Amino acid sequence: MLPELGHFALVLALLLAGLQAFFGILGPALGRDRWVAATTCAVAGQFVMVATAVGILVYSFVNFDFSVLYVAENSNSALPLMYRVAALWGAHEGSLLLWIFLLSVWTLAVAIVARNLPERFAARVLGVLGFLSFGFLLFTLATSDPFRRLIPAATDGRDLNPLLQDPGLAVHPPVLYTGYVGLAVAFAFACAAMLEGRMDPLWARWTRPWTTAAWAFLTCGITLGSWWSYYTLGWGGYWEWDPVENASFMPWLVATALIHSLAVTEKRGLFKSWTLLLAILAFSLSLLGTFLVRSGVLVSVHSFAADPSRGRFILAFLGIVIGGALALYAWRAPLLKSNAGFDLLSRESFLLFNNILLVVAAATVLGGTLAPLIADTLGQTALSVGAPYFRPTFLLAMIPLMVLMTVGVHANWKRGRLEAAYRPLLVTLVVSAVLGVAVVFGVFGGRHALAITGMALGCWIILSSLVDPVDRLRRHLSLSRAVIGMTLAHIGIAVAVIALTGVESYTAERDIALAPGESAHVGDYDFKLTGTQPIEGDNYSAIRATVIVSRGGEPITTLYPESRNFWVQQQTRKVAGIYNLHGTDLFIALGDDLGAGHWSFRAQIRPLITLLWLGPLFMALGGALALSDRRYRLARAAAGEALAGAAPGEAH
Amino acid sequence: MNPRFLLPLAVFVVMAVVLAVGINHSHEVGVLKSPLVGHQIPDWELPGLTDPAKSLGSRQLKGQWYVLNYWGAWCYACRVEHSTLLQVQQQGRVQIIGVDWVAGNPDENAAALDWLSRLGNPYSQVVTDRDGRTAIDLGIAQAPESLLVNPQGVIVYKEPGVITPEIWKREFLSRLPKPGAS
Repeated sequence: MLPELGHFALVLALLLAGLQAFFGILGPALGRDRWVAATTCAVAGQFVMVATAVGILVYSFVNFDFSVLYVAENSNSALPLMYRVAALWGAHEGSLLLWIFLLSVWTLAVAIVARNLPERFAARVLGVLGFLSFGFLLFTLATSDPFRRLIPAATDGRDLNPLLQDPGLAVHPPVLYTGYVGLAVAFAFACAAMLEGRMDPLWARWTRPWTTAAWAFLTCGITLGSWWSYYTLGWGGYWEWDPVENASFMPWLVATALIHSLAVTEKRGLFKSWTLLLAILAFSLSLLGTFLVRSGVLVSVHSFAADPSRGRFILAFLGIVIGGALALYAWRAPLLKSNAGFDLLSRESFLLFNNILLVVAAATVLGGTLAPLIADTLGQTALSVGAPYFRPTFLLAMIPLMVLMTVGVHANWKRGRLEAAYRPLLVTLVVSAVLGVAVVFGVFGGRHALAITGMALGCWIILSSLVDPVDRLRRHLSLSRAVIGMTLAHIGIAVAVIALTGVESYTAERDIALAPGESAHVGDYDFKLTGTQPIEGDNYSAIRATVIVSRGGEPITTLYPESRNFWVQQQTRKVAGIYNLHGTDLFIALGDDLGAGHWSFRAQIRPLITLLWLGPLFMALGGALALSDRRYRLARAAAGEALAGAAPGEAH
Repeated sequence: MNPRFLLPLAVFVVMAVVLAVGINHSHEVGVLKSPLVGHQIPDWELPGLTDPAKSLGSRQLKGQWYVLNYWGAWCYACRVEHSTLLQVQQQGRVQIIGVDWVAGNPDENAAALDWLSRLGNPYSQVVTDRDGRTAIDLGIAQAPESLLVNPQGVIVYKEPGVITPEIWKREFLSRLPKPGAS
C-alpha cells in the first residue's frame, strides 16, 4: 500500500510542478498577480509530496520491503542500516528521485529567501525551477518509477552494489548532486532576468550567494568522489579523467568562471550577457553530465544500467531546456548593454582572462569526453581518450590561470594601475621561487623543472593572496567575509596545486608479490607481510593482510588491507590500508592470491596527498564564508525598494 | 539581431545532433559481442534436469529454431526475466531450451525444480550444466544469457543479459521467420 502512495505522491508532485511552472512563468507575463502569488504555494506543496515519496522509499528500504523492485534490486536482509538508507541512491531510479528531492529543497530555499525579492521576478525564478522539476518528475514516472512492484515478492534482495557499501560513497552522491542541482538556481535566475528583459547589479548580488553555495557543494562532492576512488578501487588513483568524473568537473570549471563573472557584473555592471551565458552553460553541463551517465552513450566504470529509451528522453528534455534557454538568450541578451569601459590591466581584464581560460579548460575536457562518441558517430573505429590528452591540454590552460590569479588579486576595478603592486609581487615571487627550489632539492631531492614550477607557483599564490588582507589588518582596517572567503578559496587552489605537484612528481609505486615473512622496499619504506587471515563482516567475507611498514629498520605502523567478497553479488571490493605520516600516505592494497602462499600487492608512497583533500576543503569553506557576507542580506532587504516600482516585462 | 548571440544556440544544435545520432548507436556500445555469433554453435550435449539419463544436444536440435537460455535459481536477474519467457512460450513462435547452471551451488537442481513448479515452466525442455564446461564452450559469462540458434545450427544472436519484452521483439522476433512463411 505504502509504495502506491509514494507513486501517487510523485504524480501529485508532477501536477504541482506543472502548476508552479505555469503560474510562475505566465503569471508575471500576463500580469496576473493571483497567479504570481499561487506559485509559492505550488512550491511548498511539491516539496511536501516529493519528501513524502522519498520518505516512503527509505521506509521500504529500512523495513526490507522486497515487493518493491528497486528495493529488491538494491538491498538485502544482511545489509546494515546505514547502507539500506544510502541504497536510496544506489541505482538509477533512486538517484533520480534524490535529484528531484534536492531540486525541491533548493526551490523551497529560494522561495523562502525570495520573499524579499520583487514578487514577479521571484515568481519567474520559481516558475523556471518548476519547469525543470516537471521534466525530471515526468522522466521518473515515464521511464524510471522507483516504486514498481515485484510480484511475487522476492524472498531476499540482490544487495546494494558492493562498491557503494562504503561511508565515503554513502555521502558522495548527495553532496555532488546538491552541487549539480544548485546550479539550477543560477540558471533560473538567468532565465528570469531574460524573461524580464532587464538585469542590474542587484540581480548579480542576488544570484551570487546561490551560485557560490552550489559551487561549494560541487567542490566537496567532487573531492569526496576522488577520495573514495583513491581508497577503494584498489589502484590508488585519485583522478582518471573518466567520463563521469569529467561530467562533474566541467560544470565546476564553468561555475568557477561564473562566480568571477558575477563579481564583475555586480561591481561594475559589465559582462552581463556573458554572465547569463555562463549561468546557462554551467547548468547545461550538469544536465549533460546526467545525460552522459544515464543514457549509456559513453561507457564508464561509474555508469548505471544503460538504457537508450531513458537517454532519448533526457536528450529531448536537454534540447527543450538548453535549446530554449539559448534561444531566449539569442533574443534577449542583445538588449542588455553595458556601456562602461575598463583598462587593460584592470581587475575586469584579469577576470575576463580568468573566464576565458576556465571556459577553454572546460571545452577541452568536453572535447576529450565527447571525442570517442563523435568518432563512433562518424563511423571511425573505437577511440579512447585518456590522461595523455587531458593532462597537457589542461595544464596549458591552468598554468597561465594561476599566474593571472597572483597578479589579478592586486588589480583595481576599472583603472589599470598595477604600479603599487609591483613591489609585493616581486618580493613574493622571489620568496616563492626560493621556497620552491628549497622544497624540491631539500625535502624531496631530484631535479624536476615542473616540480619546482608547481611548488613555487603554489607558494606564490598563497603569499600574493595574503598581501592585501595582511596589509589591511596591519592598518587596523576591517576585512569583509567576502574578502576572507576569496582569499581562503585562492589559498585552497594553491594548496591543491602544491599537493598535485608533490603527488605527481614524487609518488613511489610498486606492484609486489609477498609471502608471509617477506618484505619489499618501496621509496624509503619497507613493507613486510606478516600474514593473511580470513574475517567475516555483516554481509561479506574478507581476506585481511597484516603488513608492517618500517623505515630504516624502525617500525612505523601496521596496515590491514582487505579484499572483501560480498556474498550476494559475489563481487570483490578492496579496502586499502593507509597510514598518514605528516601528510604522506603510506598506501597498500591487497591484490590476488598468487598461489603457494604469495599475494600480490600494490604499495605506494604518496607525499603531500593530505593537502589534495585540504585544498578543496579550503575552497568550499571560502565559498561558505563569502556567501555569508552581510551585503547579501542587505541586498535582499534593499531589493524590494529598488525594483518595486519597475514595470515587469519591460526591456530597458 | 546580432548573430554572435545566436552562436551558442548553433553550437548546441550541432552537439545535440551528434548526441542524438550517438544514442541510436548506443545499444551496440559496451555490449559483449560474442565471437560465436554468425558461426556454427559448438557441439553440446547435456543431461536432463528431471531425468539425467535423458540427454539433449545440438545434434538432436538440428533443423529447428531454438533459444538456449542459461539460468539458475540462484540468479536474481533470471527471476526478472522469467515472466517474459512465460509470455514468449505462450506465443509459441520458438521453443526455449532451459539450461540450469549449477555454478557450484549444492542444492541447485532441487531449487530449480521448485522454481519451475512455483513460477511456471517456460521451457520445452530443461537440461543441466553441472560443471559449467558447456557454458565455457558456448561463451556464456553470466546468467541469464540466451542464444538464438537457427535450423542450420548457426548462432544468430546472443543476448548477454535479461530478455525484456522490448528486446524479445526487437532482437529475437525480428530474426525469426514470419509465421507461416516456412
